[in-house]
Amino acid sequence: MSSDILEKRKTKFTRMRMLRDRDAAQGKPKVTGQEADPRIAHLEDLFVICPECGESFLKEEVRKNYYTCPHCKHLYTMPVEKRLRSIADDGSIRVFASNLEAVNPLHFPGYEEKIAQQREKSGQAEAIYSAVCKIDGRDVAVVIMNSKFLMGSMGILVGEYVTRACEYAGMHKIPLVIFTASGGARMQEGMLSLMQMAKTSAAIEKFKRAGGLYIVVYTHPTTGGVSASFAGLGDITLAEPGALVGFAGPRVIEQTIGEKLPEGFQKAEYLEEHGFVDQVVERERLREVLSRILKLHA
Amino acid sequence: MIEELDRKIDEMEATLAGMQSAQPEEKILRFQLKRDRDELLAACRELTPADKVYLARHIRRPRIDDYTKALFTEFFEQKGDRLGKEDPSIFGGIALFEGTPVTIIGHRKGHDLNENIKLQFGMPGPEGYRKALRLMKQAEKFHRPVILFIDTPGAYPGLEAEEFGQSQAIAENLAAMSMLQVPVLAIITGEGNSGGALAIGVANRVCMLENAVYSILSPEGFASILWHDASKSKEACNIMKLTAQDLKPLGVIDEILPEPPGGAHRNPQAVYETIRGCVREFLKSTKNKSGKEMARARAKKIRRMDAAWIRIDKAAGEDK
Ligand SMILES: [Zn+2]
Ligand SMILES: [Zn+2]
Repeated sequence: MSSDILEKRKTKFTRMRMLRDRDAAQGKPKVTGQEADPRIAHLEDLFVICPECGESFLKEEVRKNYYTCPHCKHLYTMPVEKRLRSIADDGSIRVFASNLEAVNPLHFPGYEEKIAQQREKSGQAEAIYSAVCKIDGRDVAVVIMNSKFLMGSMGILVGEYVTRACEYAGMHKIPLVIFTASGGARMQEGMLSLMQMAKTSAAIEKFKRAGGLYIVVYTHPTTGGVSASFAGLGDITLAEPGALVGFAGPRVIEQTIGEKLPEGFQKAEYLEEHGFVDQVVERERLREVLSRILKLHA
Repeated sequence: MIEELDRKIDEMEATLAGMQSAQPEEKILRFQLKRDRDELLAACRELTPADKVYLARHIRRPRIDDYTKALFTEFFEQKGDRLGKEDPSIFGGIALFEGTPVTIIGHRKGHDLNENIKLQFGMPGPEGYRKALRLMKQAEKFHRPVILFIDTPGAYPGLEAEEFGQSQAIAENLAAMSMLQVPVLAIITGEGNSGGALAIGVANRVCMLENAVYSILSPEGFASILWHDASKSKEACNIMKLTAQDLKPLGVIDEILPEPPGGAHRNPQAVYETIRGCVREFLKSTKNKSGKEMARARAKKIRRMDAAWIRIDKAAGEDK
């Protein structure tokens, strides 16, 4: 697309969206599907409006930019495979532990259906994904959590993926990198979910004491049981800009203390200032930074 | 239901306490009253999970300092995290149990509302968990078994707690406890909620009082997250599997310790004796084991706890 045609479409898209938002605000019924203007539908496929700055961009442009808003640096959730590809050497990825299944240990009503639904929606088997790959020729085990799958909550399988990746890395004497993202415990698995905190922390500790290098990359959001177990134990801890990291969520804290939290509280930059993060690293620099850390531990 | 019973029993106890005369009529009355009270206590046998939550949180439930006084001698309290803070909601120190030195650590909730407030209702900050870790490492150095008493609504969700690394403090405890080279016994005496309970709960043996509860978070919190309605906490209790009776078959706890009819607060002495037996047995069974053996056994227990619920999908094949 030539750039002035693109500009025109962009303007048109923004205007149409504004009109639609106004209609919605006035309570007019939303026009969807067949009745919707096919031209808008087409534009919707192409464009995305940044929730932070309101600018519209070609989706392709955002994707190429590591799922970061070109204007305000707002970070979109990065699909796990995309993230892995953004740090791994081409052709070096081997998926790991993909043959695990969990049952519904508490016979929690509707849990199986919920999981099936989430799988359908996200195209992922669980809130976590693990692989072995190379970064600039060096082998690493990589675990990536997916906050879009049941809020990245930690159930038995999530804990098992982390533990197995840890054991694999220990056995093959390779570093372990975990991208954390979680809303906390998996309610439907009750205490067995909580026990994953102990299981993963024990595995990480064993790996570290045997000389393993463990790198944590906090992504948005990392809270609850994950933040207070394996995510809190990195030899090296990196964070994505703006990622929210903490044990209790901001709403719970505000309810407890009865006041508003300061701007930027629990954000990556705040954690860096308070001594909990080695460095805040932008997505486009991450591969390079990881590569350097690996080199320094080779 | 239990609330009503509990209140009635309280009233009867109060009346009985006021009847001291040796008059024959009053003796008969006292006898009848005692019989009625015992009937009510017997009615407390059939408890719902929500009833247990009520008893687990009972203001007169025995607390860690009561257990310490009743079960140990020569207690020496240890305070502070050595990083600039002291958190009274974690109680700890060294004492003798029937002549054997042990380290005691647990949540401290207090006996009345004033104490509750001062102690943040037994919700520790990172300094509390760091103090606990300091004491555990010392126990390891001096080969003292560690006895943990768990009774907390959770870790304190405050601004300062976050700022000083609540997550890291809990994580570091979990990591260190998995490798501690001494016998560790945890007893859940009241409510054990969330990572705030587990942060001092990784043990070789986990015992739980009959009416204690142990869960990922409070039933109120559960209901408000899942159904956006904290008032549905009773429904939450029913599906959360938070009672000792639910958790034993899941392998989360090893033993259920019986309570007197009506709950631990009705007869604390009986509870002390039960726990005394439990601690004695634990120390005896671990006496000849090396620190390494204890650590290995604990790590294995943590690793295998949920194995029954993980299936390897053969059709998907092995990873290459
Ligand atoms: Zn933007
Ligand atoms: Zn016992």
